[in-house]
Amino acid sequence: MTIDEQQKQLIAQFQLLDGDMEMALQYIMELGEELPGITDEERSDENIVKGCQSKVWLIASLENGKIQFKADSNTAITKGLVSMLVKVLNHQRPEDVLSAEIHFPEKIGMNRFIGTQRSNGFASMIKQINYYAVALSTEKSNA
Amino acid sequence: MTQVAALDVSTIRKEFPILNQEVNGYPLVYFDNAASSQKPKSVIQALVDYYSKDHSNIHRGLHTLAERATSGYEQVRKMAQTFVNADEPEEIIFTRGTTESINLVAQAYGRKVLEEGDEIILSEMEHHSNIVPWQMVAEEKGAIIKVIPVSNFGELILEEYENLLSEKTKIVALNYISNSLGTINSVQEIIEKAHHAGAKILIDAAQAAPHLKIDVQELEADFLALSSHKMYGPTGVGILYGKRELLEYMDPYQGGGEMIKEVHFSGTTYNDIPYKFEAGTPNIADVIAFGAAIDFVERIGHDTIQTHEKELLEKAMEGLNQIEGFEPVGVAKNKASVISFNINGIHSYDLGMWLDARGIAVRTGHHCTQPLMDRMGLEGTIRASFAVYNSPEEIDSFVDSLSQIIKKFGK
Repeated sequence: MTIDEQQKQLIAQFQLLDGDMEMALQYIMELGEELPGITDEERSDENIVKGCQSKVWLIASLENGKIQFKADSNTAITKGLVSMLVKVLNHQRPEDVLSAEIHFPEKIGMNRFIGTQRSNGFASMIKQINYYAVALSTEKSNA
Repeated sequence: MTQVAALDVSTIRKEFPILNQEVNGYPLVYFDNAASSQKPKSVIQALVDYYSKDHSNIHRGLHTLAERATSGYEQVRKMAQTFVNADEPEEIIFTRGTTESINLVAQAYGRKVLEEGDEIILSEMEHHSNIVPWQMVAEEKGAIIKVIPVSNFGELILEEYENLLSEKTKIVALNYISNSLGTINSVQEIIEKAHHAGAKILIDAAQAAPHLKIDVQELEADFLALSSHKMYGPTGVGILYGKRELLEYMDPYQGGGEMIKEVHFSGTTYNDIPYKFEAGTPNIADVIAFGAAIDFVERIGHDTIQTHEKELLEKAMEGLNQIEGFEPVGVAKNKASVISFNINGIHSYDLGMWLDARGIAVRTGHHCTQPLMDRMGLEGTIRASFAVYNSPEEIDSFVDSLSQIIKKFGK
């Protein structure tokens, strides 16, 4: 699936929840559960996304020219939020990640779940993903 | 003993329009009162009336509206004087709130008296607003900050306080009630000891004002700060109480209109207290509405408020103690209606979000007391804080919701 298709699917899922806050939180936490775990070693300060109020660890690697993301958080809801980003951007080419327009947070009304202050944290996650994509696209072209 | 009137919560609640709403499909339960309380109709009406009928700039005009606004504003100064039992109205300075009051003392008093090597005593349970202003002045003057430690129960270790006091101590600054834990500190004893050492003391009464009767003369406090918005009044207004001789000794904090007697390029003479510290057009409307908040608190009475809030606190503790994994933070003997806690294995942020989804407003995080959280070895807590309009039914709904939410985490 393309990044846009992934976003469309996520938005459709949230539309089914019909704005119910509890159902949305439940769904977000379930998405978090789907994230592949990270090792204790990977849970290092180096992999922490700066600017998030909760702790978020984000790791990226290149496999067959596509980015593999791994992530974790110390809170279940934030883990779900980062999981959505990973779901949308995982297994994509670095250049596609960089050129992607991430519009699903707005469409699913994410500010309701994370608050204005925390949306800065979400922006930090996207920034970190872009840093990885830039670094990995350089790695790819040097390979 | 005076008879304490029982509180009719349902009648009180009708005075607070904001409480009558649903949040996320549930009736709003507002338990974030330690951050800011809601406003009764009388306070909201005072703002509307002032801007609809009486607004003008104060102290300068001769016309009728200026006179109305001025007398309304000065009337509240007298009400605030009575509220904290100050000796005279001139000892009440209007500020933007507790934070500004503390900054005023740090800058206008601290900067004047502190010399290199002098000491300021704070406590481990201070709000950042009673730490940072002192760090700023200490850095500038080469003064040293000493800290009264907190026990595992969330109480100040007073023996340690006594050890910290010396002839080097110039200022002690301490909260009356901890915003994070609800601990009511033995300020009378602390003040007495500070004076014995020759130090002056500032009491941060932001959390105390809505809960208990403040008497600056009985306490012999040198300075006392409080905020209107935590005691049912508008935001952006607070007071600084200071003993006359100290306020007179202090230099102005900010320059501008109002605070001067005469201005010439050859020199300026300052106004008397309290005006010396109220540069510029003040927050007239909110000061006037603050008067309505004082009226509200006095009409119900601190005794009645305290009795009601104590019942809520006990009921909540009883319910929460039944919940597996409930870990209260701060279990002082003498406590205001604040409960700080964690649920073992669940992050406070997750619980805060889920409670909000059920219409329950609590605070999560470090509550602007990072040094205290460090001391307790915590990242943060969930804080439920109760006010006069909260009901036992709301406590039930909070405890029930929390139990159900915890189940979602597989606990």
